[in-house]
Amino acid sequence: MNNPNNIVEMVGITKSFPGVVALEDVDFSLRKGEIHALVGENGAGKSTLIKILTGVEQPDRGTIALDGKFVHVRSPQHSQELGISTVYQEVNLCTNISVAENIMLGREPHRFGSIHWKKMNEMAQHAIDRLNIDVDVTKPLGNYSIAIQQMVAIARALEVLSAKVLILDEPTSSLDIQETNLLFDVMRRLKSEGIGIIFITHFLDQVYQIADRITVLRNGKLVGSYEASALPRFELVAKMLGRSLVELDAMAKEKSQEEGGENKQPLVEAKALGLTGTLKPVDLQINASEVLGIAGLLGSGRTEMVSLIYGVTTPDTGSLVVDGKEVTKFSPLESLKRGVALCPEDRKAEGVVGDLTVRENIILALQARYGWFKFISPQKQNEIANKYIQMLGIVTPSPEQLVKNLSGGNQQKVILARWLATNPKVLILDEPTRGIDVGAKTEIQKLVIQLAEEGKSCMFISSELDEVMRVSDRIAVLRDRSKVAEYANDVDEKTLIQAMAGEV
Amino acid sequence: MIERIKTFVARYGALLLTLVIFLSVYFAGGQLYPAMRKPQVFFNLFINDSSLLLVSIGMTMVILSGGGGIDLSVGGMIALVSTASAALLRAGVSPFIVLPLMIVMGVALGALMGWIIQSLKVQPFIATLMGLFFTRGMAYIISLTSVTITNDVYRTFALTPIHIPFISKAYIYPTTLVGPIMLIVAIYLSFFTRFGRTIYAMGNNEQSAMLMGLPVARTKILVYAFSGLCSALAGIVFSMSLLAGYGQFATGMELDAIASVVIGGTSLSGGVGNVIGTLFGVLIHGTIVSILQFNGTLSSWWTRIGVGVLTLIAIGIQSIFSVKTKRS
Repeated sequence: MNNPNNIVEMVGITKSFPGVVALEDVDFSLRKGEIHALVGENGAGKSTLIKILTGVEQPDRGTIALDGKFVHVRSPQHSQELGISTVYQEVNLCTNISVAENIMLGREPHRFGSIHWKKMNEMAQHAIDRLNIDVDVTKPLGNYSIAIQQMVAIARALEVLSAKVLILDEPTSSLDIQETNLLFDVMRRLKSEGIGIIFITHFLDQVYQIADRITVLRNGKLVGSYEASALPRFELVAKMLGRSLVELDAMAKEKSQEEGGENKQPLVEAKALGLTGTLKPVDLQINASEVLGIAGLLGSGRTEMVSLIYGVTTPDTGSLVVDGKEVTKFSPLESLKRGVALCPEDRKAEGVVGDLTVRENIILALQARYGWFKFISPQKQNEIANKYIQMLGIVTPSPEQLVKNLSGGNQQKVILARWLATNPKVLILDEPTRGIDVGAKTEIQKLVIQLAEEGKSCMFISSELDEVMRVSDRIAVLRDRSKVAEYANDVDEKTLIQAMAGEV
Repeated sequence: MIERIKTFVARYGALLLTLVIFLSVYFAGGQLYPAMRKPQVFFNLFINDSSLLLVSIGMTMVILSGGGGIDLSVGGMIALVSTASAALLRAGVSPFIVLPLMIVMGVALGALMGWIIQSLKVQPFIATLMGLFFTRGMAYIISLTSVTITNDVYRTFALTPIHIPFISKAYIYPTTLVGPIMLIVAIYLSFFTRFGRTIYAMGNNEQSAMLMGLPVARTKILVYAFSGLCSALAGIVFSMSLLAGYGQFATGMELDAIASVVIGGTSLSGGVGNVIGTLFGVLIHGTIVSILQFNGTLSSWWTRIGVGVLTLIAIGIQSIFSVKTKRS
């Protein structure tokens, strides 16, 4: 124990799973009163490291010391008893019972054999006050936003479990800016109380906004731990990727030069397409071998427009022509038959089927297109699955792995593979890179550019402007449920943001 | 102020709605048949539906616990308890042995079903359907025909009226009190014990409740044991009021119980509702039965139709409520 300030000291942690070395000789330390960001690509070993610290997994080698004492963390319960608590992106609390119950249940005060509600509410209020947020603890948890719910989870961790180490696993993914700032205030407050916080996130802005130190992992190995102030952002990205972004930028430039003289023919042409109350009439054209980027804030009508083009909803004005034919029947199945495929935004709810294997997930759309009674031989299925696993670089031990066991980026690739297997002419990607790490994002972006080069039309929707600008040939901007502008890909970010915000 | 009203409606809206439905059905009955205005008619609701109230209380707790929780065995349990106790009494066993024995049997069978559901991951619907087949089957194995009870203790419980103070000519029977007592027990359990709050928590999200360190497995087994206790008590009350035991008793009562629970504002998906609403659900059922009795010419099947329509109305209005509160 070289540093008495360290609450957590992990040394030489090694863990292998069948076929993969998830962590190799990784050291990690957390000081008292420190916010320590843990960053890395998918598969870098962040979650394995956290699982070992919280007792979900046992390390093959290596030691863990808490407050200078060696410990063997047997189970998640045991880690909680040791003072290590985790708050996840999805809040693991119950929305139907009161905030106070969510904080206190399991250690609630009793009087005369029944729960002492008054005292319980007081204790809960005290725990909430410690975080300096405004919450009525007697109200059901479901009345509050996800951000507040996360803070209630933190309050529970501190109050019931008297945590000394707090692990925040992607806590900001579903929060807006104000909520994120609220969470950061709480984090700073806890830091000043001497609590050590491990902060896992994909948002590099936030890393620099709040973290004192940064530990970078890559492919199961420790790249290094750095003081945040001493590590420029560009270097951090380079360390995470193990390569530079120059490669991708070069590719994008090459692409835009190539296209100059191509003869463009529209594959999808929407004229005054709209649905009352949902989307104002929109004119839109997507050509072959082209990526059309869609920029717009949440609620600007992005998803609504896509739903119309894909036939989830039926428009009441305008017309839609796909591949030279006027669309009359609006349904996803018909779209599929026309060669239009959609990768939906929420991959957990609408996309992958976690309990099916990679192969089954990839075959799914193809089977739907063939009709349910047409048999695709197992051999053929394997052939198709293997082809796309290779083509998209899906990291999975075998095509028979259950999709829920894959990382987020790889799940996204499985969905992409599913639609590619139907050989669509038009591919609509709604937030394809959400919630996946920088490396996987880059790969998906490359993939989209490649697909366009092969003659497919892509519609690329993303909240991240630099991504839209990097990938797209043209960019359409939506605001207040209508299309407000369209630019070529040489537009600058400022113009785009002004169009999205309505300041043009 | 508006905020307060909103909170109040969100919290008690479903309960108020059930209360309103009960009062309107009851007053409609009073308007149609002036004889229904007698106080005794109100007390008859408790006398006639005491078994339904008991099984509905157990059913509410099971449904609240979520995870598709349901107990289809309640009617069968009544049949088994009534037949078994009648047969034992006929064989000369003391009622002071029979009564505790029946309660132990009910709790044990309930706990067994809970264990099967929790440990073997069998759907509650299937596990308790098996429970229904088993209990009703066992009742017929004990006796194919109705067994009369002549025991003095049972007769005393069944036939001694307790006069209600301050209201002339109004009475109930000792057995009528079991339901309201269990209701108070259930209210206490739901709102003032960790057991009850765990039921609500796991009804909302079992995974979260488990991660919060609440004893989910134990609670699930206990909640079915509690329902078993309620059905056993219902069986005892049933056999006392009819002074008989028969395999055909309480056929389909599980469905009436589920309907009462739902009319009472408890959501089948778990975590929402309470036993007080269930009381009114049961009273609504009883009132419809009374109206049909006073009419005298209508088929008793109109009860089911009436309950069905009211259930639909109640659920319809509740889902409008919940959509509105979600939006706000």
